[in-house]
Amino acid sequence: MAAPIIEARAIHKHFGALHVLKGVDLQVAERELVFVIGPSGSGKSTLLRCLNRLETPDSGSVVVDGIDLLARATDINRARQRIGMVFQSFNLYPHMTALGNVTLALRKVAGKTAAEAEALGLAALDRVGLRDRAGHTPGQLSGGQAQRVAIARAIALEPRVMLFDEPTSALDPELVGSVLAVMRELRQDGMTMVVVSHEMGFARAAADRVVFMDDGQIVEQGAPAAIFEAPREARTRAFIGQIQRH
Amino acid sequence: MSSWERFLDTFFNARVMAKYWPDILYGMWVTIELAVLVVITGIASGLLLALLRAAGIRPVNWLMIFVVDVLRALPPLVIIVLIYFGLPSVDIAPSGFVSTWAALALVLMAFSEEIFWSGITAVPRGQWEASRSTGLSFTQTLLFVVLPQALRMTIPPLTSRTIAITKGTALGSVVAVSEILGQASSAVSNSYNPSPLMLGAAAYLVLFIPVVVAGRWVETRFAWKK
Amino acid sequence: MLDTFFNIEIMKAAWPILLAGLGNTLLLSATVVPLGLLGGLILALLARLRSPWVRWPLMAWVDFFRAFPPLVLLIFLYAGLPFIGLELGGFGCVAIAFFLNTGAYYGEILRAGIDSVPTGQSEAARSTGLSATQTMAWVILPQAVRNVLPDLMSNTLEVVKLTALGSVVAMPELLFQARQAQSLTYNPTPIVVAALIYFALLWPLVRLLSRLENRALRAG
Repeated sequence: MAAPIIEARAIHKHFGALHVLKGVDLQVAERELVFVIGPSGSGKSTLLRCLNRLETPDSGSVVVDGIDLLARATDINRARQRIGMVFQSFNLYPHMTALGNVTLALRKVAGKTAAEAEALGLAALDRVGLRDRAGHTPGQLSGGQAQRVAIARAIALEPRVMLFDEPTSALDPELVGSVLAVMRELRQDGMTMVVVSHEMGFARAAADRVVFMDDGQIVEQGAPAAIFEAPREARTRAFIGQIQRH
Repeated sequence: MSSWERFLDTFFNARVMAKYWPDILYGMWVTIELAVLVVITGIASGLLLALLRAAGIRPVNWLMIFVVDVLRALPPLVIIVLIYFGLPSVDIAPSGFVSTWAALALVLMAFSEEIFWSGITAVPRGQWEASRSTGLSFTQTLLFVVLPQALRMTIPPLTSRTIAITKGTALGSVVAVSEILGQASSAVSNSYNPSPLMLGAAAYLVLFIPVVVAGRWVETRFAWKK
Repeated sequence: MLDTFFNIEIMKAAWPILLAGLGNTLLLSATVVPLGLLGGLILALLARLRSPWVRWPLMAWVDFFRAFPPLVLLIFLYAGLPFIGLELGGFGCVAIAFFLNTGAYYGEILRAGIDSVPTGQSEAARSTGLSATQTMAWVILPQAVRNVLPDLMSNTLEVVKLTALGSVVAMPELLFQARQAQSLTYNPTPIVVAALIYFALLWPLVRLLSRLENRALRAG
């Protein structure tokens, strides 16, 4: 494995008395797609949010693309440009159009002119198949479209890695496909991705590695086939069994 | 003279009205000046305070909350009187105009800070996170993402509160500000006739009815909706 | 500084005067709040009549009193009525002015409250044989009041603060008494003390309201 682009070591995180991450290590190689699964409350979302410092770990280290996210000297806002994030509830800005959502950080963080930002924004919307929705506000978009605009908002900044926090959980079943299609294309373009999700079909088809977390720790990881068909750990087996029954 | 004619002669005395309408007009001008000053300074300082409160510096916020509470609990007239009759004892002698302006602006500042702050905290956390995840700083997020959404929510309560406080310019008459009510009252005592009061009342309605009607429209237009 | 604004001697001397003022402020509040609520209830119930002959004049009435500064209304009654031979005195004028002014505000709040109760409530009540009046009194109004309680309390706070206007028409309430004491002693201490009394009286309500308002916005 080449030098990892994401390297998280010995991460601990508490919320008050709750110990949500108990010494987690995670390395992700360039162009790798890592799937993180696990029961709710297992700490998988918190781990993901540590990877762009939306949560600050209590101890441990997080290095992304050579930048130590926890170092005092790090300009976290510059660093976050290289780490795209997509949320379960889209979190589009309701007071702006789709294009406005995509171009805000381009203008304010990347320092593009309005014209440059617009061109880049439209290109990003084009990549998610929504160039014709540029002038729509989030309220006028379906859930699937909204999530694709959110993906465009992240990729417009040309991030080195993308983090997905349950990107399809808030969608009606018939809209999930369009979002997964965009994610598959990103994957084919060689984007490094960490995905927290229960879309097992997608994991099987696209993931390089599946990481199973429980109780704040990584219990088991490996190729999708290995994890889904021949899990070694009892906890993994129980979890896989549960979600496959549904 | 019939009683109807006597009524007209008392309350709508043409001679008295002709004599005093320039005074009332001048009073209207003072009222407008005072109201515009109060609205601009009160809302601007309230917004600044709310933004400062978002920075989350504990001791600053406690002090701010206390000052806002004081200004919400005291009758505006009491604050005016405190400034106008109290400060001269320490050799600061603000005019009635300045006292009224300062008092009403402080009260509007307190109320609008509360309203703006409620609006800011009502914006979902995910908006902060999405914006920060694209690299916008805390201040950029506050200004470009959170505040625009917060402002929209705050427009209806802010409008009705602003109208209510702006009407308080009439309190200036108590400390000798020559706004509408002050002008009308002194005209009544000079002419021994209540007609100037009628003029004054009309002046208030001319000024404030459009504001109230516009406020009604704003309140329905921007009513709480997701 | 302390001698000027917190002069102990003057506090002692002014205390009985201020206490009498506080009594009158409370008495005035206890009169004008129910009066305003009554006026508001009348307006809110009239607004139930959907006829345009009621609705438009009602809206004009409410807007009129929302546009008219309460002090102007008070002076209007106090200085104007004697010219037609009506001497109501400070208390009477304050009572009428508040009935009109705060009634308009309470009316708008109660109307919004009544509108917020689903029609199914009234249908359910009527289906059990309650009369229209009984339905209003026992089913609609209690829910309406609960739904707009923060607004009602906020307006009540404003009404109590408005009683300070009584000082302008020589009602011996707290502010008036404080100014009397101030002009007797040539010292602003009585006004400072009056302000402290107002604050002590109304701070709990302000705190409570600020909590309720924040919660309402976050839920909205």
